[in-house]
Amino acid sequence: MTVRPDTFRSPERVEDAALLTGRAQFVDDLPEPGNCLHLAILRAGEAHAKITLDIAAAQALPGVVAVLTGADVAALTKPLMVGVRLPMECWPIAQDRVRYVGEPVALVVARSRYIAEDALALIDVVYEKLPAVVAPRDALADETVLHESVGSNLVSDRSYRYGDPEAAFEEATHRVEISVSYPRNAVTPIECYGLIAAYDPFEEAYDVTANFQGPFSIHSVISRALKVPGNRLRLRTPPSSGGSYGVKQGIFPYIVLASVAARVAGAPVKWVEDRLEHLTASVSATNRETTLAAAVDAEGRVTALDWDQLEDVGAYIRAPEPATLYRMHGNMCGAYDIQNLSIRNRVVVTNKTPTGLVRGFGGPQVYFALERLMRKIAVTLGLDPLEVIERNLIPAEAFPYRTASGALYDSGDYQKALEIGRTDARLAELLERRDVARAEGRLYGIGYAVAVEPSVSNMGYVSTVLTKEERAKSGPKNGAQATATVALDPLGSVSVHVASAPQGQGHRTVLAGVVGKVLGLPAEAVQVRTDLDTGKDAWSIASGNYSSRFAAAVAGTGKLAATRMRDRLAAIAAPMLGVSAEEVQFEGGMVTAEGAKPIPFARLAATSHWAPGTVPEGAEQALRETVYWTPPQLEAPDEADRVNSSLCHGFIFDFCGVEIDRLTGALRIDRYVTVHDCGRILHQGMVDGQIRGGYANAIGAALYEEYAYDAGGAFLTGTFADYLVPTATEVPAPEIHHLETPSPFTPLGAKGVGEGNCMSTPACLANAASDALGAEILTLPMTPARLRAHFAGEEPAAPEGVKPAAAPGGRGLTGSGEVEIAAPRQTVWDTLLDPETLERIVPGCHGVKKVTDTHFRADVTLGVGPVKGRYTVDVKLTDLVEPQSATLSGGARGALGSGEGSGRVVLEETPEGGTRMRYDYEAQVGGKVAAVGGRMLDGAAKVVIGQFFRALAAQTGGGTAKSGLLDRLMFWRRS
Amino acid sequence: MTTLSKDDTTLIRLTLNGREVQGRASPRLLLSDFLRHELGATGTHVGCEHGVCGACTVRVDGVMARSCLMLAMQAEGAQVDTVEGLAPQPDRLSVLQAAFRRHHALQCGFCTAGILMSLDTLLRDEPDADRTRIEEVVGGHLCRCTGYAPIIDAALDAAAELRGGDHV
Repeated sequence: MTVRPDTFRSPERVEDAALLTGRAQFVDDLPEPGNCLHLAILRAGEAHAKITLDIAAAQALPGVVAVLTGADVAALTKPLMVGVRLPMECWPIAQDRVRYVGEPVALVVARSRYIAEDALALIDVVYEKLPAVVAPRDALADETVLHESVGSNLVSDRSYRYGDPEAAFEEATHRVEISVSYPRNAVTPIECYGLIAAYDPFEEAYDVTANFQGPFSIHSVISRALKVPGNRLRLRTPPSSGGSYGVKQGIFPYIVLASVAARVAGAPVKWVEDRLEHLTASVSATNRETTLAAAVDAEGRVTALDWDQLEDVGAYIRAPEPATLYRMHGNMCGAYDIQNLSIRNRVVVTNKTPTGLVRGFGGPQVYFALERLMRKIAVTLGLDPLEVIERNLIPAEAFPYRTASGALYDSGDYQKALEIGRTDARLAELLERRDVARAEGRLYGIGYAVAVEPSVSNMGYVSTVLTKEERAKSGPKNGAQATATVALDPLGSVSVHVASAPQGQGHRTVLAGVVGKVLGLPAEAVQVRTDLDTGKDAWSIASGNYSSRFAAAVAGTGKLAATRMRDRLAAIAAPMLGVSAEEVQFEGGMVTAEGAKPIPFARLAATSHWAPGTVPEGAEQALRETVYWTPPQLEAPDEADRVNSSLCHGFIFDFCGVEIDRLTGALRIDRYVTVHDCGRILHQGMVDGQIRGGYANAIGAALYEEYAYDAGGAFLTGTFADYLVPTATEVPAPEIHHLETPSPFTPLGAKGVGEGNCMSTPACLANAASDALGAEILTLPMTPARLRAHFAGEEPAAPEGVKPAAAPGGRGLTGSGEVEIAAPRQTVWDTLLDPETLERIVPGCHGVKKVTDTHFRADVTLGVGPVKGRYTVDVKLTDLVEPQSATLSGGARGALGSGEGSGRVVLEETPEGGTRMRYDYEAQVGGKVAAVGGRMLDGAAKVVIGQFFRALAAQTGGGTAKSGLLDRLMFWRRS
Repeated sequence: MTTLSKDDTTLIRLTLNGREVQGRASPRLLLSDFLRHELGATGTHVGCEHGVCGACTVRVDGVMARSCLMLAMQAEGAQVDTVEGLAPQPDRLSVLQAAFRRHHALQCGFCTAGILMSLDTLLRDEPDADRTRIEEVVGGHLCRCTGYAPIIDAALDAAAELRGGDHV
């Protein structure tokens, strides 16, 4: 291990006391303006449809101040800027057509959130359904096009070539290829989005406080959408933010919506997103279909890679997409020394939530393919997987190393990290453990993964998606401006401000230490503020908390600002101490020089406030220092599409042992080791905290979490009971090891560390599962059912007479049953066609209208699990054979969702003169009901149908039908 | 039986962290919203409003409860304890809170209030709770920052200190 002179240990965090005692100020804790109103958002229940709205009833509800539709918002705004040159209009609210479940369709501003939500239920949305495009490969077929102005769902198609990949494949002994799918997921923060927006009509200025995380390049997107200059959009962040992991970048469309709502309502507007909104429609990582091929020589050495990536960004290509695809562009060969590379990147739109920043941002998708491929190469060639990794690693003496696609890897010693894994982390023990487990017949496997973790993004990397001609037209974009301000007050104490917008990463603690160290002060003497106000504070487009940029860029810039302040103070102190400025020392709260009488730091630091005239000629006043720092290595993409997409490149070597339960298919992590090199470590506790957090997130992505949609685009995972986040019992502590190869490009030698395990861990676990099962793992999450399918064969057929349950993941309802009624067939038939009786016997029915002889419309209240709502149900009867049989088809729609289905009813006479009614049905359900009630739908449907038939029996048979629990159980058994 | 309209508000009296407080609530107002927005006790956080994440956990008459799954009216006359009541003095942390700080058992701190309430209750009711038991209880909460391990370590450390032993 290298020595770390700049490192301090792990002091307790200054942030924690307020957080532990409930005094911290999150956005929903901030005082509201006295006239504050509340916003609620009506969201699409259909994935793809033309819509018409009736808002009259909502407007009339007492307490409602304003109801806005897409047209109202469009009248005051411009569409959100799109990252590629396309005639696509990206509005934050639907303009007469919805393209994903959860897309905003109307806004209600009211005196309270409760009233606003009441009003949402009064808005009538009529959907004219269009076919939904869900899978990215289906999107390519263009049978249904989401944006007719674009003309195709394929919104970007670029190919890149570096070195001579064709020749390398030609000469290669082997071509090894893998095709994988990375699913949709997100590291859902426990605090959802929240904001307060206000508008001043005289200054024509918006003032928004939001738990936005950056990048503040988005400030420009919001300003343009709101049609105001940047100085008329004051964007502020609260002192505390409850996690983000990239996700809170996605609040920006809501900043636009709430700002317009505040303008129309004439008062400040507050909005706090709820969990259903968050899971449905906040933001998701991209799902990606990747085919990756390697040219491999006889020894397992990879000479070329060929990537084909198909990226699904959801319904709109929303800023900063297609950044997920390009964030990794410089490091598409990972940790390997491969100079021949070809890449095809395609981006499609589908009827799903637009994507955006999620921890790992592009890395999980890339490394799942790359590290799975490396294992496949080993298996194909009959080599040890770690051996294959090691043969291809970039040699330690090659740094700084220029990759084929243009990244400049700053530093590293990958071989050393592997050595630490073998020795300190006792890899041999794990290998023995596998032998023992396998000898006992258990399914045990070991996985490896290495990853280069990029940090401090080049603000110009996204422009790699453009052709060089397009780039020339729009001008070069590059750099990553970080900023820090160090100020002295009249009592000589030190304040620091940075535009890093943290969500719990302890930035205040680290900066207090970094600045205090430069000025010879204890960390406790330095007060650091991290809440940001674009109206007053120093910031730039790269500001914010993303691409793991704090330690490498922001903390380093804090050091630079403190150093500049120290140099100014030294110039003022020099004549007082009778020495040259270079000889002035800052230590223990004193300013000293050899042989001179020390001056208290505070006295010197107050000089420029109280006695500016005493500052010697040639010296500068020492009051406030703001430093902007951008690394010169972050250049714009070159003519050959090479780009140094990130400043720093950390390294991770992971290995793990997993066991898969033979009965259930569940994967248990037996041991997980992660070896990190993030350059110089600034705070051991926080670095380990970042690693543990990313690792836990990755376990979720690898084993549990998926934003699931059915084939019709209905969103299925709208609660934490459907979208499964790992808890303490699913996250065994990882074993963490460090080495430090300081970055030569950052002021403190530090690199980012926040995202690496999100990149390495899913691949490592998948490789271990692959080893355990001797099977290819080609998608995530590795649910027990998916893993079990690899070794348990097909599910046995259902016993005779039992209909198998609907396929998991879908919300298709099917059922059938029969009921005996002690009434003649004709009576039952007549009852079924009589609106007045139907009104009495349909559960929750408020009224039945006969539209035609064979078309009934009912107004019904139905409850499914946690959601109870009112629906309009249309039923049409066809194939009528009086009094024997009929086909019923129709649909239901309401504020909570919609459904469509059909059923067949057959009436038979029984020997006793009664009627036996057989029925079966199938239905598809969408909207909120599908998102939150999915698990309960089947049961709820059966209960409702059972109630109906019991009521029918009672109505026609004079009360002969039994009811009660026993009856219901009997009914369930039969159905 | 009295029928209440959703628009009527009733005076709710309860004991919050040992102090008698009161506020008005409509029948459908959640206890979490009542605590935060009516009584100004914003230390209790709302993370999912369907009882899974555990961020809003408080103690009602000595028992852990999800305040997002209770109506304010159900807490009439109850003893409600929240994170604001854990510290022995305004400028001192409790043993459990201090252990959290020492072990870096929080990052963003949003889920922390609920976890502290559950662990405070556990360590009071079951002072000998072992690692497995603590993992079970923390397993009723979602945290996205820490990966849980430091939370478990902090709880074990606090339990040992509360039993009168040394830090583990």
